[in-house]
Amino acid sequence: MKRLLLTAATISLLAGCNHDGGSDPNQYGGDPSLPAQQRALVPSMKIADPTPWGDHHPVVPAGYSITAIATGFGIARQTLVLPNGDILVAEGRGGGESALRPKDFIAGFIKAKGTSQAKSGNRLTLLRDSDGDGVYEGRSVFADHLNAPYGLALAGGQLYVANQDALVRFAYAPGQTKASGPPVTVTQLPAYINHHWTKSLAASPDGRFLYVGIGSNSNITERGMAAELDRAQIWQVDAATGAHRPFATGIRNPTALAIQPGTGQLWAVANERDELGPDLVPDYLTSVREGGFYGWPYSYWGQNVDSRAQPQDPAKVASAIRPDYGLGSHVAALGLAFSSPVMGARFAEGVFVGEHGSWNRSRPSGYKVVFVPFRGGRPAGPPVDVVTGFHDPSGATFGRPVGVTVDPRGALIVADDLSNTIWRMAPTRR
Amino acid sequence: MAADVRLAGPVHPLHAFLLAAPVPLFLGGFLSDLAYGSTPEPQWSNFAAWLIAGAMVFTGFALLWASIALPRSRAGGGRARAGVVFLLLLALFALGLVDSFVHARDAYAIMPAAPILSAIVTALAGAAAWLGFAGLRAGETK
Repeated sequence: MKRLLLTAATISLLAGCNHDGGSDPNQYGGDPSLPAQQRALVPSMKIADPTPWGDHHPVVPAGYSITAIATGFGIARQTLVLPNGDILVAEGRGGGESALRPKDFIAGFIKAKGTSQAKSGNRLTLLRDSDGDGVYEGRSVFADHLNAPYGLALAGGQLYVANQDALVRFAYAPGQTKASGPPVTVTQLPAYINHHWTKSLAASPDGRFLYVGIGSNSNITERGMAAELDRAQIWQVDAATGAHRPFATGIRNPTALAIQPGTGQLWAVANERDELGPDLVPDYLTSVREGGFYGWPYSYWGQNVDSRAQPQDPAKVASAIRPDYGLGSHVAALGLAFSSPVMGARFAEGVFVGEHGSWNRSRPSGYKVVFVPFRGGRPAGPPVDVVTGFHDPSGATFGRPVGVTVDPRGALIVADDLSNTIWRMAPTRR
Repeated sequence: MAADVRLAGPVHPLHAFLLAAPVPLFLGGFLSDLAYGSTPEPQWSNFAAWLIAGAMVFTGFALLWASIALPRSRAGGGRARAGVVFLLLLALFALGLVDSFVHARDAYAIMPAAPILSAIVTALAGAAAWLGFAGLRAGETK
């Protein structure tokens, strides 16, 4: 008993060392405030408490409504709206890392409590609304036996799917509800360990190139630098040959990619490193510069050195690019979509960002979809809450947003990987 | 079983095992920390984390044993020694716990605290075992 009491007392004492300020610093935009690094003995943890939606509902701005158009997925991650209005949903759970330390067993067990317990579907499901009334009465399995599919893109009559271990494609004909055969592999993707397993995807407007986001294999190189070969990068893949090259590097976890309409510029949202305190490091939204290095693992937000990565590389630190726009620390941005005037005047120009929500923070952040307004093709102004109510202050968590997609018919499609629901937010008809 | 243990009584093989086991385990953790400090190979810090976790299991049971044996020890020098052993094990457990949490940090974030703490707990484990055995003699367990 003494021992137990002592343990409990020590743990609470240690946890007390975590300094979570009463208010969150402003970490939005191009120049987020970056407090000093903290190394608590026990990282702040507040894990989502999964709770059925029941009578709760996501909250959207006045003039919009939100409905669940489908549920019961094998973990809904990213969506793609096809030209005929059909929605494809990528379903799966990836990652095959083994626990290396006592910490990995404990943290893995705790974090798993905040996520879906559903079995990995490893498939694409197609949802169809034939009469355009916002009710998706049709549902079929478009493709099965995939390996934790995540990123989706349609270009040049081909449907590209980023599995956790390979980029594959299906020939796609408009109106198809089922793939006509097994997929063709475009290229293998780095899959060893796969700590960050989600492979995000975007296609260049002409369909010649595909961009694949590949996350790091660790938080901050704790599995060794050898495990980081070809990780924390965005690859450019030649659609015709499958040849690839690193397009940008040092992006810890580029979880969603999107091409800006009009300019063809590649944008990404990325998740930054943990365990430096509740207000480090801000996740970000950025245009991706060809050949650019974004800091991981040596530094963050430009030249802020992270000495946990050894040996250090001062030359790389000096070359690190500051991202365009901070989204706040630990929000876990996982979805990115450019908006268009169909979403209404308030959301006409900018991007929607799906924020899965934090674990490494006693005051949760994220757990919502925000809109980052753009002017002249660049982010301008603080993010605006769009879909909230996924989380309530008691800790109950009803859903966690992942992929966001704009339906050109005038709706925002949000995948929720906790309640395994596809949500559709649309302007209210008058 | 525990009731058979008296200071200046015979050493029970299990008690001997519990007192001795943390010494090489904490020492292994310390040496692994030194190896990580001189290479950037994080596998050494994984080794250290497991060795220290193992040491903590035995330290916990040794502390439990000491806390049961202390009130049963004979008054006088034996009790004083048992008290010192108990306090050493208590300090070892507390610092070992801190050392375990330090080893849960990622990559080089364990530095420089890890080898310092591991050196201290290795010394404490050695002292606790030395004093613990000094108060016992080999003999039959009744």
